[in-house]
Amino acid sequence: MSGLIKSSIARKVAMALSALFLIIFLLLHFSVNFISIFSEDAFNEASHFMGTNPLVQFLMQPILILGVVFHFVMGFVLEAKNKASRPVKYSKYNGGASASWMSRNMLVSGAVILAFLGLHFYDFWVHEMTVKYVEGDMSGVIPGTEHLRYYEEMHAKFADLWRVIFYCVGFALLSLHLLHGFQSAFQSIGVRKFRNAIVKLGNIYAIVIPLGFIFIALFHFITQ
Amino acid sequence: MNLTLKIWRQKDSKAKGQMVEYKVTDISEHMSFLEMMDVLNEGLVAKGEEPVAFDHDCREGICGMCSLQINGEAHGPDRGITTCQLHMRMFNDGDTIVIEPWRAAAFPVIKDLIVDRTAFERIQQAGGYISINTSGNTQDANAIPISKEAADKAMDAATCIGCGACVAACKNASAMLFTSAKVSQFALLPQGRVEATERVMNMVKQMDLEGFGNCTNTGACEIECPKGISLENIARMNREYLAASLAKS
Repeated sequence: MSGLIKSSIARKVAMALSALFLIIFLLLHFSVNFISIFSEDAFNEASHFMGTNPLVQFLMQPILILGVVFHFVMGFVLEAKNKASRPVKYSKYNGGASASWMSRNMLVSGAVILAFLGLHFYDFWVHEMTVKYVEGDMSGVIPGTEHLRYYEEMHAKFADLWRVIFYCVGFALLSLHLLHGFQSAFQSIGVRKFRNAIVKLGNIYAIVIPLGFIFIALFHFITQ
Repeated sequence: MNLTLKIWRQKDSKAKGQMVEYKVTDISEHMSFLEMMDVLNEGLVAKGEEPVAFDHDCREGICGMCSLQINGEAHGPDRGITTCQLHMRMFNDGDTIVIEPWRAAAFPVIKDLIVDRTAFERIQQAGGYISINTSGNTQDANAIPISKEAADKAMDAATCIGCGACVAACKNASAMLFTSAKVSQFALLPQGRVEATERVMNMVKQMDLEGFGNCTNTGACEIECPKGISLENIARMNREYLAASLAKS
């Protein structure tokens, strides 16, 4: 078992498993957000459930944060190890001749996604934690009313053009990250069966989900 | 054709190397790349200069000795070939060609364009074999049924010539394609299954000890490999390694 923890294969498998976990989470996140396009009330109900359910808050949320932190930290650790594996660089290296830009620049797309996540956490997560666990208001309602606050707060965030642009750039880089990362995760855990189907599914996921998030951001910006 | 060559020159493993520019003239498009290098060296020797050191042996694309990074690509711009099979018709009159050794911490430069690839041999020695009885009473190979698919895949993996192009092409200098080919050629056959657990554990351990990078599945190794070794082998090695780790724990 000690070999499993120390080896290069174990590290890539760990990266792959955390990636697959985040891919599943992203689908769930998108599903909840997409509700906001159709129904303010349904979005509020879904958000209130996710924000107050003890299982989600105290089990799934910490696991998710651990998963995100692990994926990013391991990504940077692997990049540092890989850089050390070639201390003298080529004076001419034509990487584009044999590998896609996405596969060669996962750290670049990952760093942009990390910056996006910083803003995203500041926008929503820090605010939620403050209201619920610092101020102790678990009701989820707008003070003085009986209306749930989630849709209104989220809608207001997308009034700022620069925030919308930054979100769109973040999702575009997320798409590039997933175009390589989705199928790569399956390769890392040794899954080669249904290879063509996995690549196609990965391409669809990598385009549809980020585009969907961009659509949601633009929808709320336009409907201000 | 007339060409400008920018070549890495390094006196020995401890010396500081540098790119040096040379001109070669009247190069035939029918020459192989190594023949063009021979022409360069003949000119250097005639002038009393030190010829450029580069690895070569069979010059038929099967020994795995030639190992040049040409214009940023392992074995040059053509596909499915080694440097000795690269022909000058792939270049144009007046081109500048950059020629460098494989770059990897695990492949230190010995001289000029020659690198030490014994790291591959140590990986092979760590488990790339089967312990069979060769005392004269070996079993008839045909007595063990093997499916055509398994035999073909094992043979495809066994075509790896260990040239190191996979390491050279990989942005991480990873040796996973080489190691996985050597693991796969045995893992796919019943004779190799007996020692499969120890083999994959020991070979991966040695691969990591040599200082190769981590695979990030860019696929560059598969594209640049002169023998077309598939990424499928890396996935197989990952499966073998995980199963072996869990079995041993």
